[in-house]
Amino acid sequence: MITNPTGRLTQGQFSFLPDLTDEQISAQIKWALAHDWAVSIEYTDDPHPRNTYWEMFGLPMFDLKDPAAILMEVNEARKTFPNHYIRVMAFNSTRGVESPAMSFIVNRPANEPGFGLVRAEGPGREIRYSFHSYATDKPESERY
Amino acid sequence: MSDAENTLSDVNEVDIDAIYRESAIQDVLDRLDAELVGLVPVKTRIREIAALLLVDKLRRQLDLTAGNPSMHMSFTGNPGTGKTTVAMRMADILHRLGYVRQGHLVAVTRDDLVGQYIGHTAPKTREVLKKAMGGVLFIDEAYYLYKPENERDYGAESIEILLQVMENQRDDLVVILAGYKDRMDKFFESNPGMSSRIAHHIDFPNYNPAELVQIAKLMLAESNYRMSAEAEEVFSEYVKKRMDMPNFANARSIRNALDRARLRQANRLFNSRGRMLTKVDLMTIEAEDLLKSRIFAQGTDESSRDDDE
Repeated sequence: MITNPTGRLTQGQFSFLPDLTDEQISAQIKWALAHDWAVSIEYTDDPHPRNTYWEMFGLPMFDLKDPAAILMEVNEARKTFPNHYIRVMAFNSTRGVESPAMSFIVNRPANEPGFGLVRAEGPGREIRYSFHSYATDKPESERY
Repeated sequence: MSDAENTLSDVNEVDIDAIYRESAIQDVLDRLDAELVGLVPVKTRIREIAALLLVDKLRRQLDLTAGNPSMHMSFTGNPGTGKTTVAMRMADILHRLGYVRQGHLVAVTRDDLVGQYIGHTAPKTREVLKKAMGGVLFIDEAYYLYKPENERDYGAESIEILLQVMENQRDDLVVILAGYKDRMDKFFESNPGMSSRIAHHIDFPNYNPAELVQIAKLMLAESNYRMSAEAEEVFSEYVKKRMDMPNFANARSIRNALDRARLRQANRLFNSRGRMLTKVDLMTIEAEDLLKSRIFAQGTDESSRDDDE
């Protein structure tokens, strides 16, 4: 299930673990940089699992060589969006791969209401199921 | 008790050799000696810094406190005294000693740090700082950052951010400011915060004529040229004359002079068509290539025209 007993969003890597410390985040970024993956930071307040493209925070960081610089940007993002989901992504641009290689959440709202299951009745007693994040009932930027 | 002391000293001896070899720091220092002529005070200071970092590394292995020393530097000196070259080496040295993680050099000037309108400067400066993290940020002609005559200048904002990062993220990057001595002194006077955060103020002395000739030989050797014995004499004469003229920029002027000499050499060889040229011909710069210089022809009359000597 997407709503798990801890009531926390579980998307990407490490999401069942306690929040990563800054040191652990640095270590992960270091790994990504060592593989020449492009690291970026994204944020959203719509945590639906099909919401693949979050907003990018700041500029792409192709030219940064050190995890400290990216961690600085992460902290900047946390300061700007303390109540949003923020994730760090690493994109592998190798020809033939060209997809995200890493993605993990580095910031989450204090209160995560989770998801509801919506049943839509169709013709002939057919039921279509969908998820609905309680947070998205409110307009953007007032959600958390 | 004495047993413990013995083991302690044993560990010590093993470590310093191992670390020394592992960092291959001697290699860098040797190259510094071989490729950079003169600059004794600079080399001495680099040796001291290397020793300090090495000892600190050792202390850390033995669980002694080794406060992360501040490594921000200011390089002052006349144009062409090797500030950028040394900064490049410095990044390498600090990397080998494990003080910076990546060891790259990001060279910037005022244009890269200061924006053109309100709110433009901070992101721009931060962008540069981020790029330099894990390495060395080299700010050339740093005094342009601060323009006291214009109180609405955005340079001060840039300095403020620089100071903050220099203080709080010492482990993440090393800042080297460079510029002419007198202007840098004035810059530090008006920015005492900057001055006190820089641990190493290194002054680059001017080269003397003998050193300049040696530099010329090194430069020529690098590009597979050489001077004939006669040309060498003429060149040392040239250096002495050139030094008395305005706009003399030490090694940079030497490089320009050599470039022009190569031009004349090529011209001379081209005009001597009809005979076979040897490898030595192509490599050698003769006295006449240098004697055609304007300096010998007219003395200091046209001294301001740097490009035509």
